[in-house]
Amino acid sequence: MFGTVAAYPRWSWWMSLGLFLAVSLGGWTRVTAQTVETSPSIPSLRELVNRLPEAQDEEARRALLMHIAAGGDAATERVFAALERGALYVDRRSRTVVEGSRKGSRYLLTDVLTGEALGEAGRRDVRRIPVDNRLRAELRTVQALGALEARDPTVRQAAISTLLGSSDPEVHKAFERRRGVEPEAALRSSLDVALAIFALGGHDPKAFSAALNTLEGRSEENVRTALRQFSARSDVLESQQVRAQRLLERAENRLRWLARLEALFFGLSLGSVLLLSAVGLAITFGVMGVINMAHGELIMLGAYTTWALQQLLPTQPGIALLLAIPTAFFVAGGVGLALERGVIRFLYGRPLETLLATFGISLILQQLVRSLFSPLNRSVSSPEWLAGAWEIVPGLALTYNRLAILGFSLLVFAALLSLMKYTRFGLQVRAVAQNRAMARALGVRSQRVDALTFALGSGVAGIAGVALTQLTNVGPNLGQAYIIDSFLVVVFGGVGNLWGTLVAAFSLGIANKALEPMVGAVLAKILLLIALILFLQRRPQGLFPRRGRQEEQG
Amino acid sequence: MSSSPGNSPFLHRATIAFFLGLALWVPVANLLLPAESPLALSSYSVSLLGKYLCLALLALALDLLWGYAGLLSLGHGAFFALGGYAMGMYLMRQIGTRGVYGDADLPDFMVFLDWSELPWYWWGFDSFPFAMLMVLLVPGVLALVFGWLAFRSRVTGVYFSIMTQAMTYALMLAFFRNEMGFGGNNGLTDFKDLLGFDLHADSTRCALLVVTALTVLGSYMLCRRLLATRFGAVVTALRDQEGRVRFLGYSVASYKLVVFVLSAMLAGVAGALYVPQVGIINPGEFQPLNSIEIAIWVAVGGRGTLVGAMLGAFVIAAVETLLTAQFPEAWLFALGALFLLVTLFLPRGLLGLWERRGHG
Amino acid sequence: MLYRLYQPIFFVVALTLAAMASRAQEGEPIRVGVLHSLSGTMAISETTLKDTVLMLVEQQNARGGLLGRPLEAVVVDPASDWPLFAEKARELLVRERVDVVFGCWTSVSRKSVLPVFEELNGLLFYPVQYEGEESSQNVFYTGAAPNQQAIPAVDYLMNQGVQRWVLAGTDYVYPRTTNKILQAYLAQNGVAEDDILVSYTPFGHSDWQSIVAQIKRFGGAGKKTAVVSTVNGDANVPFYKELANQGISAADIPVIAFSVGEEELSGIDTAPLVGHLAAWNYFMSVEEDVNYDFIDEWLAYIGDDDRVTNDPMEAHYIGFNLWAAAVEKAGTADPSAVQEAIIGVSVPNLSGGMATMLPNHHITKPVLIGEILDDGQFQVVWETPAAVAGDAWSDYLPGSRNLMADWTDPVRCGNYSTEENRCLGAD
Repeated sequence: MFGTVAAYPRWSWWMSLGLFLAVSLGGWTRVTAQTVETSPSIPSLRELVNRLPEAQDEEARRALLMHIAAGGDAATERVFAALERGALYVDRRSRTVVEGSRKGSRYLLTDVLTGEALGEAGRRDVRRIPVDNRLRAELRTVQALGALEARDPTVRQAAISTLLGSSDPEVHKAFERRRGVEPEAALRSSLDVALAIFALGGHDPKAFSAALNTLEGRSEENVRTALRQFSARSDVLESQQVRAQRLLERAENRLRWLARLEALFFGLSLGSVLLLSAVGLAITFGVMGVINMAHGELIMLGAYTTWALQQLLPTQPGIALLLAIPTAFFVAGGVGLALERGVIRFLYGRPLETLLATFGISLILQQLVRSLFSPLNRSVSSPEWLAGAWEIVPGLALTYNRLAILGFSLLVFAALLSLMKYTRFGLQVRAVAQNRAMARALGVRSQRVDALTFALGSGVAGIAGVALTQLTNVGPNLGQAYIIDSFLVVVFGGVGNLWGTLVAAFSLGIANKALEPMVGAVLAKILLLIALILFLQRRPQGLFPRRGRQEEQG
Repeated sequence: MSSSPGNSPFLHRATIAFFLGLALWVPVANLLLPAESPLALSSYSVSLLGKYLCLALLALALDLLWGYAGLLSLGHGAFFALGGYAMGMYLMRQIGTRGVYGDADLPDFMVFLDWSELPWYWWGFDSFPFAMLMVLLVPGVLALVFGWLAFRSRVTGVYFSIMTQAMTYALMLAFFRNEMGFGGNNGLTDFKDLLGFDLHADSTRCALLVVTALTVLGSYMLCRRLLATRFGAVVTALRDQEGRVRFLGYSVASYKLVVFVLSAMLAGVAGALYVPQVGIINPGEFQPLNSIEIAIWVAVGGRGTLVGAMLGAFVIAAVETLLTAQFPEAWLFALGALFLLVTLFLPRGLLGLWERRGHG
Repeated sequence: MLYRLYQPIFFVVALTLAAMASRAQEGEPIRVGVLHSLSGTMAISETTLKDTVLMLVEQQNARGGLLGRPLEAVVVDPASDWPLFAEKARELLVRERVDVVFGCWTSVSRKSVLPVFEELNGLLFYPVQYEGEESSQNVFYTGAAPNQQAIPAVDYLMNQGVQRWVLAGTDYVYPRTTNKILQAYLAQNGVAEDDILVSYTPFGHSDWQSIVAQIKRFGGAGKKTAVVSTVNGDANVPFYKELANQGISAADIPVIAFSVGEEELSGIDTAPLVGHLAAWNYFMSVEEDVNYDFIDEWLAYIGDDDRVTNDPMEAHYIGFNLWAAAVEKAGTADPSAVQEAIIGVSVPNLSGGMATMLPNHHITKPVLIGEILDDGQFQVVWETPAAVAGDAWSDYLPGSRNLMADWTDPVRCGNYSTEENRCLGAD
């Protein structure tokens, strides 16, 4: 199967580096000690860093890295961070190691120790110092071992979590040392768990029982692995093995329950996405009876607004995102207003024609975005405060971005609802929807209300687009992915009923996520669509029917 | 719409002449005339014309439903694709041992995805009459079930449109699944022959075109005759004043159902004729976009005219061929603008324009 | 029967065509067809390839063309519409009379045009990695076959100590076939069935919560776990975002992708992706002068310093040069002659080695594993010691184990059964 054509000796040292990294940590500290002892004078950090490209084989590289770590220089952190990011280069002209960042086809070079700018270089002038996952893991372990002694307890906690999976005796020793001096109770118990895991893997039968006591009620991944391995051992007491087994079962049971809770959250989260994308439509279609097939493209415009604002504020993605919420509302609302005045108002009372015309608009908007911004997806970054997850208990973590979107969707919904219920504008909208002639007779400027209502629905679609940038692609096809679902949500909920839209969105989201583990993602979606079609064929008015002017259409 | 332009005797005769002429001229121009002759038709043009004819039939089917019964289906692409799949399955079975694995029992895509036996729903597709029956039955039965459920609950207007769109969307997702046994995303392709005739021969291609032209003509005549009957009158009345028709004691649902099923079957036939001429059927045909495009053919040509629908399909397909070759960027702009302009300024389509000039 | 009637006319037509073909030899341009979608969903990927071919044609003309004749590119847009691919292929071969076509991206588009190329005896160079299980006399596969991408990638991960595998893909033919091959390969290497999780999602899937949670649980069994991703196009961004948010880093569960390249990464915020992997036969970051030259020419041609190069572009680079070398060797651009001449021809690839056209119409390629960096580039972390010969028929699928492709004498067959010693599917 493998024909021989050419060989690549360049990589040989690199593959052997992989081997080195597989060796346990205990080994390297010893080697470090030797290297330090044998070196005639203590070289500076810069000298060591510049030796990186010369380190052609595993031993040399390993020694060198440890050497750098042992030096304790303040800039070590910088070097390691740059190495981890793959941002260290050899400048082939000066044969020195520099930090580089790509800018178009050029590289901006900086001094890795001081951060001082060193000018530009072409692609051919630099060669990257390779880094891979093993090296990163190794660097992380080295850094975590140091961080165990850090002053900040959260840093120490993070370090313990990083090191938890390790089976290395050096880590074991470090944990024991730390346990003796750790002032924080929470961290002491984390360390106890870590030590118990080591104990279960050890050979001291007296420690087993205490370790099992410590692990009682725990369900972390590493705990389960330790229990699993322990109960498979042949050299331990059967009673202790049975106990470990029981603990394991209990932990797994707990996880199964948490998984169900998690699935519920996933359903709510999917529901919130559906709600956001459909709630604008619930206004334009539900209240006004306008079939706006360009609704998806209004969502897309909101997403592109977010991207554009991030381009304007490249260093502040979070602020750009927050600013995007009102901006997208006005951009999409403005486009909606133009659509209503320019096209839709001529087609009131002819819903099928509206459908075709707005579909034409959606094609034009898509192609416009494609021509203006390129057909490629645009990259929208997530602010720090939306990254990561909130771990409620081990095994149940809710991601911040999903939580934020869930909260945001409810907020938007509540705002819309109170707008419709408690303001003069809302009253006028409802009046026009219920009886246009009567509303006009009472002095409501129905045309103006129509235009503003449509703009409102469109603006809400734009807001949905802002939220979606945190979950999915920002590209010309963004809107198409949501349009059919949005219509189904509104129809299922009952046209003209905002609460219906809310219930429909969340029940569809939860149903989808409940089905998914059983039948897979594709079939879940198909089954749900079929169920929805059948339901609507029995009850075309949806869950919560309400009479409005859309009832006239036949 | 008292005097529909489709009923003008001149247009009617011109339509018949056009399809008959096409059926006579194409074989001559492609097979008999030397390639340099200005009247000669390359095999490329023959397959293009064949494709346009199938699309015209599809537009005719939708016009029957939308233009006369007032029901806009945004899922007609699904019936078209189902008819196409039925024909494609027959063509797959005709390959026999000529597939790349030389397997007599299973189509190629099943061999390399490790299917052990032919699924039951593929049984019988070795037989041409059975496959043709399925071309009519599968779309027909789907329309019957869907329509029965929908019309019973008086689903109409945009609700009907949205639900048919959801239907074709669900079918698209289903046919994309490889486990369905229809070749997944790749669909069915690499057909060899039809009733023993080599599909790659120019003569077969011309014969298919003749059959298609005659089928479109036949379907057109059928629709016309049907609409001229009492049945047709009720259906048209239904479009304009459903409440009154119901009040007069007609079973509205049954009338709608008959038209819907007939229209779905015609779409299925169009799909069945389309597949051997383009050489592939895949789930892309179920895309909601395709179905909406059919509606725009009908709207551009002039709905409720039969002839207009076919004209619209021909014109737009030809423009698409031209634009995608010359100005690929412009195609979606043009299509989008067409949707807008026709609905805003040409509510009765191209034929309406022609008629207005005729009267003025 | 119609055919017999018209046979004499066919003969006349064939003669005139032949006459025109011979006339074309004198100084008239050699016509190069480009069959890539410029609109629709695939335009994202394929537009770049169209530009690549146009650049290669321009460069060849600057070098004096081929056989003293200039090259002329003919571009058509099949608009991501599969039946339209067949129509446009016919247009190129019949109406435009092109001598060679560079085109297609998706498998379905290739399947759609295949009968047309075989019927009209055209030449198609197909530049994208694909599922294999095909070898046509008229198609040259310059992208990777599964053994040039998937299997070496799994080898690499096994060396990294991975014991549990998630095979996640979009539900279409390429992932299905690749996963079938990988399952068989993993089983052969002693991986238990319990240690493999297969998961399919629809095109454009955007809600990855459940699947990522499932992967997380699957990876929490105490064995090193990796995800082999054949997830397609647009679905990747939400997938990676969800992975990052649920706290799965490349250090815990690395994801190795077969369809995420430099161009796809340009639309993603890559910071959370650092360390995830991709397997290709070329990366823009390959440090070779021939690659730097290519990148410089590309950036100059396209006039945008932020553009990237990727694997399918390299495949077109190789394919174009193989074709040009074969035309020179054959002394004519006639497709039949080029088909004969091209086998065994070698040209440089962009990673410092050579690519050779094999008798099965696939080429030799090195396999590179790259890790994503936060500037949207890949860091090559491993490379096969030698170039791998593309295998049209997988050794790991029961149906194709005994098949081989060889378009030289005496076999001359794309699907020759070594068991029955005959060419399958022939009449």
